[in-house]
Amino acid sequence: MAYEINGESIEHDEEGYLSDINQWTPELAGLLAKDEGIEMTDEHWEVINFLREYYEEYQIAPAIRVLVKALKKKFGPEKGSNKYLYELFPYGPAKQACKIGGLPKPTGCI
Amino acid sequence: MEEEWDEDGPDVVKRFMYVNRKAPYGTVYALEMLEKVLIAAAFEQDVHLVFMDDGVYQLKKGQDTKAVNMKNFSPTFRALEGYEVEKLYAEKESLEARGLTADDLVVPVEVISSKELSELMAKQEVILTA
Repeated sequence: MAYEINGESIEHDEEGYLSDINQWTPELAGLLAKDEGIEMTDEHWEVINFLREYYEEYQIAPAIRVLVKALKKKFGPEKGSNKYLYELFPYGPAKQACKIGGLPKPTGCI
Repeated sequence: MEEEWDEDGPDVVKRFMYVNRKAPYGTVYALEMLEKVLIAAAFEQDVHLVFMDDGVYQLKKGQDTKAVNMKNFSPTFRALEGYEVEKLYAEKESLEARGLTADDLVVPVEVISSKELSELMAKQEVILTA
């Protein structure tokens, strides 16, 4: 299974997560978001970029509880909330945002 | 697991101890154990994480796994604080036998003797070893 973009195929698993996270590009994120029915805004990018930085530092995608706490610390209580994240990513912020950001599914997210 | 969680916290909290005894690479035990710990943490359990025997090498600073073509997962131990997993222990005898001290490790741990460790084990409800 693969995404097709600019004549390239990017392999993904049965749930749509990239097989090789190094193949991610911002352009691919746009395609993935469209598949999820999400129109990317600056607020979406803020979360995606934050997740990618978290992954870079810790080598895992955070659980939702941990993500909310970390966002609160960086951006304040308005953005560090479950409600805010669900408004941006209605089908589960950790799952959808990680997928769009090219990261693996968060551990503990079944 | 649903991504929503109960604001009141979990109904049941048990004392879990995860005992790491194996070197980080060569087998998948160490990485799988870390995943188990993250899952227990997601369920807000009382997690105790022990490193002994060659398991102390999992926390060694300056790991470079390029030559064995495995992911260096030692940075993930630094994420545990964010998961509120803060009870980390290393067995004193295991560190000493390998010429290591707490300063050689990627995260702060409490160094405890074999005897103290056995007392701590006696207080747990669930113990998993790998």
